[in-house]
Amino acid sequence: MAELETMGTIPDAPLDGLRARLVERAAERGLLDVAYRTLDTALGSLLLAATPAGLVSVTFDGRDPIATLDRLASAVSPRLLETPARLDDAARRLEALIDGRARAFGGPLDMTLARGFGRGVVERLREIPYGETRSYAQVAVAVGSPRAVRAVGTACRRNPLPIAIPCHRVVRSDGALGQYVGGIEAKRLLLGVEAASPPAPLVE
Amino acid sequence: MTRAPFESIVALHGARVWRVCRALLDEADADDAWSETFLAALEAYPRLAHHERIEGWLVTIAHRKAIDLLRRRSRLEVGEVPDRAAPEASRDLDLARALALLPLRQREAVVLHHLGGLPFIEVAAALGSSADAARRASSDGVRRLRELLGGADG
Repeated sequence: MAELETMGTIPDAPLDGLRARLVERAAERGLLDVAYRTLDTALGSLLLAATPAGLVSVTFDGRDPIATLDRLASAVSPRLLETPARLDDAARRLEALIDGRARAFGGPLDMTLARGFGRGVVERLREIPYGETRSYAQVAVAVGSPRAVRAVGTACRRNPLPIAIPCHRVVRSDGALGQYVGGIEAKRLLLGVEAASPPAPLVE
Repeated sequence: MTRAPFESIVALHGARVWRVCRALLDEADADDAWSETFLAALEAYPRLAHHERIEGWLVTIAHRKAIDLLRRRSRLEVGEVPDRAAPEASRDLDLARALALLPLRQREAVVLHHLGGLPFIEVAAALGSSADAARRASSDGVRRLRELLGGADG
């Protein structure tokens, strides 16, 4: 290489264009298992990931996503590429939820990363109405394991799709906010947006 | 053991794969070969043996894709030199254009070893020759390039 470099150069790689065409063809041939992008929001920088089935992961580490990308590569598929365009729709839906312009995510969700007991909890979280909260104990009762209050807390923290699936609507029985995967300030902000938004119309 | 996200493979090796493709092909075909290389890699990636050296693997795929395209474009038997425009003033030649003037076998050896970073034993495997023959083709090619480009020692 060094020997050749003294004689001349190969024109630089037009990497942006090359990557764009690679992603396009990968999707056409069914080789893009996981697409991802980052999204800056009032809650911080998010990392969104989607499979062809729908949004599969939302995490609060958009500034430093390496650990999450490694986890997605091993838990879903290593065929994983940064593909902002494939997540435009999911990004818009999440932004609308965060701004209070929407009351539900409404797009396709892939629940692959919610497993076992956690899956049951996450499914119940989807039933908590907009603008309301439930206690960890109430959710434990709802999943049929009234004594598993701590396990419900853990399942909420491990919700693979926070914001889209409203784990922020689960609080402590004494009224304290409890923990949140995106930090307590993010939880306060989401609940505040929901409390401030006008009640749902009776007829759409 | 888990496999790294494919995104990081493109980020780490995209530039080297491009140099290999571009050194064997014109810009439009290099573009195509680069995509096809990473698509083939993406397809096989989950099944790739963990001990495999990923960069060498990619360079080998890129070489194969480039040769496929060359054959299709030039419709020449392997080993013949595709017709290229005669060089202008040699000082103005960039490396990619000078490489295009080498006999194909020399050009492949130079590209795989010097731009692709493959050891001669792997160059030989890619070319279906002996390691000695690969080494000879590469050094003959480098000598010819130096003549064409009026190299550093000239």
